[in-house]
Amino acid sequence: MSLLSLEGVTVRRGACPVVDGVTARVVHGEMVGLLGPNGAGKTTLMRAALGLQAAEGRITLGGASLDDLGPRERALAAAYIPQEREVAWPVTVEALVTLGRGPHRSTAEADRAAVDAAIGAMDLEAYRGRPATELSGGERARALIARALAQDTPLLLADEPSAGLDPAHALGLMRRLRDLARDGRSVVVSMHDLGLAARWCDRLILMVSGRVVVDGPPEAVLTPGRLAQVYGITAHLGADQDGPLIVPTGLARSELVKKEE
Amino acid sequence: MSRFAGTLAGLATGTAVLFCLSLLTGPAGTPAGAGLAALISGGDGALGIVMREIRLPRALLALLIGAGLGLSGAALQGYLRNPLAEPGLLGVSGTAALGAVLALYTGLSAVFPLALPLMALAGAFLAVLLVQALAGSGGGSITLILAGIAVSSLAGALTALALNLSPNPFAASEIVFWLLGSLADRSMPQLWLAGPFILAGMALLFTLGRALDALTLGEDAAASMGVTLARTRMLAVIGTALAVGAGVAVAGAIGFVGLVVPHVLRPLVGGIPSRLLPASALGGAVLLLAADLAVRVIAPDRDLKLGVLTALVGAPFFLWLVWRHRRDLA
Amino acid sequence: MNLCTDQLAMMLTGPDQLVAVSRIARDPVSSALWAEAETWPVHGGGAEEIHLLEPDIVLAGAYDPAATVALLRRLGLRVEVFGIERSFDDIRANVRRMGALLGTEARAEALIGEMDGRLEAPPAAEPRPRAALFYSNGYTSGAGTLANEILSAAGYANVAVEHGIEGMAKLPLETLVMDAPDLLVTGQDYAAPALAQGILGHPATAAIGAGQVRVSDNLWACGTPLVARAVEGLRAAR
Repeated sequence: MSLLSLEGVTVRRGACPVVDGVTARVVHGEMVGLLGPNGAGKTTLMRAALGLQAAEGRITLGGASLDDLGPRERALAAAYIPQEREVAWPVTVEALVTLGRGPHRSTAEADRAAVDAAIGAMDLEAYRGRPATELSGGERARALIARALAQDTPLLLADEPSAGLDPAHALGLMRRLRDLARDGRSVVVSMHDLGLAARWCDRLILMVSGRVVVDGPPEAVLTPGRLAQVYGITAHLGADQDGPLIVPTGLARSELVKKEE
Repeated sequence: MSRFAGTLAGLATGTAVLFCLSLLTGPAGTPAGAGLAALISGGDGALGIVMREIRLPRALLALLIGAGLGLSGAALQGYLRNPLAEPGLLGVSGTAALGAVLALYTGLSAVFPLALPLMALAGAFLAVLLVQALAGSGGGSITLILAGIAVSSLAGALTALALNLSPNPFAASEIVFWLLGSLADRSMPQLWLAGPFILAGMALLFTLGRALDALTLGEDAAASMGVTLARTRMLAVIGTALAVGAGVAVAGAIGFVGLVVPHVLRPLVGGIPSRLLPASALGGAVLLLAADLAVRVIAPDRDLKLGVLTALVGAPFFLWLVWRHRRDLA
Repeated sequence: MNLCTDQLAMMLTGPDQLVAVSRIARDPVSSALWAEAETWPVHGGGAEEIHLLEPDIVLAGAYDPAATVALLRRLGLRVEVFGIERSFDDIRANVRRMGALLGTEARAEALIGEMDGRLEAPPAAEPRPRAALFYSNGYTSGAGTLANEILSAAGYANVAVEHGIEGMAKLPLETLVMDAPDLLVTGQDYAAPALAQGILGHPATAAIGAGQVRVSDNLWACGTPLVARAVEGLRAAR
C-alpha cells in the first residue's frame, strides 16, 4: 500500500499550471528526493499533497482519499517541515518539539516519551531548555525536524531541509532522515544539492515546469544528458562503496553560449 | 509548569486584592468594614446604594474590560504573529468608539438599548477585518502598524465629526471620553449591557490556545498539524470584536493594555501562546483595576481619564519596543 | 446678543426699540420668554450679522466671545456688557441699568417691585429642609451663585454650601447619595442625547428616594426678575 499517491495532480495559478498532471507514489521505507530547478513546482506539489493547496486530480494519503480526511487525520498521516523555518516566539526547544504532539490525543506520559525520543534522535538533549530562537541555523533545523518526529507519522515531507546548513549538519541531517526511512517510515525531501540527493535518496523525482520528467533511482535520473537539459550544467559522475557521487563542474554548452551573448 | 501556575496564582491574587481596594475607594470616604458590610447585607441606606450602584459596577467593569483587553491583545499577537498587535494600535477600539457614538448621539440607543454594544461590535469587527486584509499575517510589522494608524485615524476623524454635528452642546467635548476612556460613574445597567458580550468574546478567544501554539511555526506548519486556519481566523476576529467592542461602548477606547500586558508576561510563560492567554486576561484586569484606582487617588476632583494613565505607561513602552526591535521590525 | 440680556431687553423694551435677539432666545429649554421671542427677528451671533442690522446699542453678556465684542467695537458700534447676576441685588442693578439704557426706567422699577413682592415671605422654618442642585456632568451650584440664592429664598439649605463649595463645581455622585437631600433639583434634558445627561439617569441618582425631584427650567437659566416665580414654585413644593 502506498503512503502517498498522486494521480494527475494539477495546480493552477490563474491560467498557468504550476503543477501539471503529476503522477507519483511513495511506499513504505522509502527516501524520495524531489528535485528540480527553482520554480519547478516542488513546494507547491508538497503543499498540494498535504491538502494545504487546492488541486485537481486524485490524492490519497495513507490509503484514504485526501478529501475524506479531516485536518487531524491528515496531521496523523503526514508531518510537514516547511521551507521557512519560522519560530515566532522564544519557546523552549522542548516546548517546540511538544507542538508535534498536538494532533494526538494521548496521555501526558505518551507525549513525554515521544518528545524525549525525538529530542534524543536529533541530539538536542543539551538544548532542551533553551529558547528556540537563540539556536543556530543547524540546531534550529534539527529542532524543527524533532517536532515532526514527535508527530509520529508514517510519512514525513521536508521542503529544502538542508538549505543553509554547513556540511557537517547537512550530512547529519540526511543520515537521520535515511535512518527514519530504514525504520519503516517514508521521507520525501526536496533539495538542490545534487550530491546529497544522489547519495542518500533511494529514489529521485525530477520536476521541470510543473511536470515530472523522470522518476527512478539516482543513477537513472541524474545522467549527463538530463543534467545538461534540466539544470544546464555538466558534472563529474562517479561512485564509491557508499553510493553515487555527483560533483557539478560547470555550465553546459548552451548555457555557455547564452552567457557569452 | 510550576512557574506558570505561580504566575497565574500571583495574578489572580493581585486581581482579587485590587478588586477589593477598588470597592473601598471613593469620595464617600467610608471606613472599609462598613462599606463591605453594606455591600453584602444589601441595605437600602445611602451607603448600600453607593456600594451597590456606584462602586460595584465600576470595579466589575474594570475587571471585565481589563481582562478582555489583555486577552484580545495576547490573541491578536498570537494570531498575527506580531508582538506589536493590540486592539488600540490596530484601530479596533477607535472604530468601536465610532460605532458607539453613532448609536448614542443619533438617539438610536435610547430607543433600542442593545444598539449601543451591537454597533460598537460592528465597528470593531470591521476594523479587525480591514487591518487583516491590509496587512495580513504575511505583512511585516511596519505594514501592520501603518494599517492600524490608517484605520484609527479615519475612525477618530469620523467620531469627531459625528460629535460636532450633534445638536447637544455637550457632545463636542465628549470626544475626550470616547478617545481616552473612563469608568467614572458607570452603572449596573451598563454592566449588564456590556458584560455578556465581553464574556462571550473571551470564551471564544480562550479556545484558540492550541491553534496559536501551532501557529508559532507558521501557517503551513500549523495547517499540517491539524489547525483549520479559516476557523482560527474567524474565532480571533469575532472574539476580539466581542471582547473589545462591548467594553468600548460603555467605557470608551482604552489603549495599550493589550500591548503591554502580553509583552510583560510572555517571559513568565515561556513564550507559549496558549499559556499567555489566561495570564494576559488576569494581567489586563490587574492593570486596569490599578489604573482606575490611581485615577481616583491621584486626582479625585478632576475627571482624569483612564486612557491617560494607560497611555502614560503604554506609549513609552511602545517607544522602547520600537527602539529595541528596530532592526527586526522593518 | 446674549440669552440673558435678550430676555431683560424683551421685558424692558419700548416699542420698536429692540431690533433682533439671538437664536437661543427662542429655545424653550433655555429661554423663559421663548414665545415672546417669536415677535422679533433672530441673528446668529456673528459680528457681521449684527453690524448689518445697524443697531445703536449692542447688549452683550460677560461670557460672550471677547473677539466678537472687540470686533463690534472696532466697527464703531456701542457695546454694553452686562455682568453675570449672582444675587437678587445683581438682578436689581442690571434691570435698572437696562432701563436707563433703553429709557424705560419706570418699567424697570415696576419689574423690580413685582419681583420683591413675590420674594417676600415669612422666615423659613428651622431646621431648613436640605436641597441639592445636580446638573449634567455632575455639577452643582454652591455659595455665590444665583441658583443658591433661589434655593435660600425658597427656604431650603443648599447641600453644596455644607461642603463649602463656592461657584459651580463637580459634586461626586457618592457624596450626593451619602448626603441624602430632601429635594433634588436637576437640569432639564436636551432633546438630543449626550453622555453628560447620563449621570442624571444613573440608578444611584434615582435611588435618592427621599425626595422629590424638581427640574430647574428656563426660569432659572438667567438672572431676570422671573426668578421670583422659580422661588414661588419651590416654596409651593415644600
